[in-house]
Amino acid sequence: MVGSTLYDKIWRDHVVLERDDGTCLLYIDRHLLHEVTSPQAFEGLKLAGRRPWRVDANLATPDHNVPTTARARGIEGIDDEIARVQVVTLDANCKAFGIEQYDILDPRQGIVHVVGPEQGATLPGMTIVCGDSHTSTHGAFAALAQGIGTSDVEHVLATQCLVQRKARNMKVEVTGQLPPGVAAKDLVLAIIGRVGTAGGTGCTIEFMGSAIRALSMEGRMTVCNMSIEAGARAGLIAVDDTTLDYLAGRPLAPQGDRWARAAEAWSRLHSDSDANWDVEVTLDANAIVPQVTWGTSPELVLGIDQRVPDPAGFGDPSARDQASRALAYMGLEPGTPLAEIAIDKVFIGSCTNARIEDLRAAAEVARGRQVASGVQALVVPGSGPVKRQAEAEGLAEIFVDAGFEWRDPGCSMCLAMNADKLAPGERCASTSNRNFEGRQGHGGRTHLVSPAMAAAAAIAGHFTDVRELARGSR
Amino acid sequence: MKPFTTLIGVVAPLDRANIDTDQIIPKQFLKSIRRTGFGDNLFDAWRFEDEGSMSRTPNERIINRRFVLNQPRYQGASILLARENFGCGSSREHAVWALDEFGFRCVIAPSFADIFFNNCFKSGLLPIVLEEEIVDQLFREVARTPGYALTIDLAAQTILKPDGSMLSFAVGAHQKHCLLGGLDDVGLTLEHTDAIRAFETRHRAANPWLFGEAP
Repeated sequence: MVGSTLYDKIWRDHVVLERDDGTCLLYIDRHLLHEVTSPQAFEGLKLAGRRPWRVDANLATPDHNVPTTARARGIEGIDDEIARVQVVTLDANCKAFGIEQYDILDPRQGIVHVVGPEQGATLPGMTIVCGDSHTSTHGAFAALAQGIGTSDVEHVLATQCLVQRKARNMKVEVTGQLPPGVAAKDLVLAIIGRVGTAGGTGCTIEFMGSAIRALSMEGRMTVCNMSIEAGARAGLIAVDDTTLDYLAGRPLAPQGDRWARAAEAWSRLHSDSDANWDVEVTLDANAIVPQVTWGTSPELVLGIDQRVPDPAGFGDPSARDQASRALAYMGLEPGTPLAEIAIDKVFIGSCTNARIEDLRAAAEVARGRQVASGVQALVVPGSGPVKRQAEAEGLAEIFVDAGFEWRDPGCSMCLAMNADKLAPGERCASTSNRNFEGRQGHGGRTHLVSPAMAAAAAIAGHFTDVRELARGSR
Repeated sequence: MKPFTTLIGVVAPLDRANIDTDQIIPKQFLKSIRRTGFGDNLFDAWRFEDEGSMSRTPNERIINRRFVLNQPRYQGASILLARENFGCGSSREHAVWALDEFGFRCVIAPSFADIFFNNCFKSGLLPIVLEEEIVDQLFREVARTPGYALTIDLAAQTILKPDGSMLSFAVGAHQKHCLLGGLDDVGLTLEHTDAIRAFETRHRAANPWLFGEAP
């Protein structure tokens, strides 16, 4: 008998029933909620006179709309009245249905994909959903974690199940080790550059190999977070000691005998050596350099040592068309060295890169240096606990001394639903996950990079190889 | 959900790949707590020259006359013809609501992003996957034929072209059933309440740490 992939195992453990056409009812262990994609789902529940199937499976926090300044004012600090109504509505719905919420003033509030793992609400072997495509983040814990639309948010609230067909199995193996100065973000951007933004469509990706095993949990979350940018709803990484060490003692993780029993059960959460893969990709980590996106899709990415490509060089007409449009939108000329592109803003934050290790990496670059004149640089921690830890470690002080703005936790300029956004034509070095047109503000131009590369760009005023900056004087 | 049975509609071509849901409905319009009101801002940054906000109506905006959906020949179109990986990016179902409210009932493309594809069926929008060469051919036919329309029959899974030729397409049996009847997925799932309860009991016994009981 052929072995199973990690995805096969988690899937099998959660199938309630399978219909003739292969559609399954998949049981959901954890449902995360935020203010933007839940109000219509709660309204649907109310209109139908339904209640949540299992209240304790749900956990909510507002993140997309919250301001990153003047947090002490709570909801009153949201100047945009329409946005404020959304956060108020989440409060009201959580109260009405008895759902636990880390509200805007709760010390645990933050980006939902930072909060879940941090609190131990994310556990190996779980099925996890949230009305947000970056739910794939939680796959770093060998949890089958997927983004869903609002109708499915309502469906999961009402039934604790998701209607779904099984996806295909895709293996991305990263051999070797990342060189110094090259981060998990560079690794996942290189993977997306290789497989394309639709390379994982219809698949669940499992990331494996020596370079993945060597990553911390935070690095693994960065990689799984961007699975969706490769087209895959879910990314997975097998359980190992790194996973268990991270989870042990987290507030919502099992304790005592339960922990021992859980840890034993989790030890089988890896793919069998004779598992069957529908798609296989291999990359060499040793060859990866710091990455910078140059276009309006995450697949349009190159090493910092490269130049803006000429669309004429793309063989496929559709790819050529995409590259031409991207360069026009981005205001870039073919042949320009990426390291000569000047920036206006820097955003260090998002569910991709707003955890403590991300902030440490950026602070290490910022320490003793100054943000270039004319550049505005924001650091937005991913959660209350991340913010407090960064302050305790002295990172906040390093950022402030270097001229960065130290903000309160939320999604912020990753999608610019709050007040943090680019003006038309402004160019940003961003640690977020999407460089789509207008993503960070109408007409704004986004280049995706790692936290260290973003900090380096803030100092230099243009993109630069952080490994070279590190060799220079402060 | 409104049912989808047959559709006779003008086809509007949107000839670019990897159209993400941020383009379909930009983030500033996601602040609503309602399911309606998104159609006016479909493809907002492409349909208009100026920046939109939730407080501005289309009448106050500067229309981008060059954008394909603003061309007179495509007014009233209910079928959107697109390229590969349509609907990638954010999981926002608002993208489907915006397309539906603008008047589209069907999107034809060589491939769709998974979350968007799934969301379509929840709001009565039919996503049809056709081979790239067939989609290419449709783009050419639409370009040279003003008023180009298709007749889509979901029950038969066929597309009738103006020249009388017929294409067929695949659709999952469950999704087809829901679309044809305009059925509420939640209601259908709750018919299996006993099976869910039974699963839950087994699952809790095997994985007690996944359930309640604050530590």
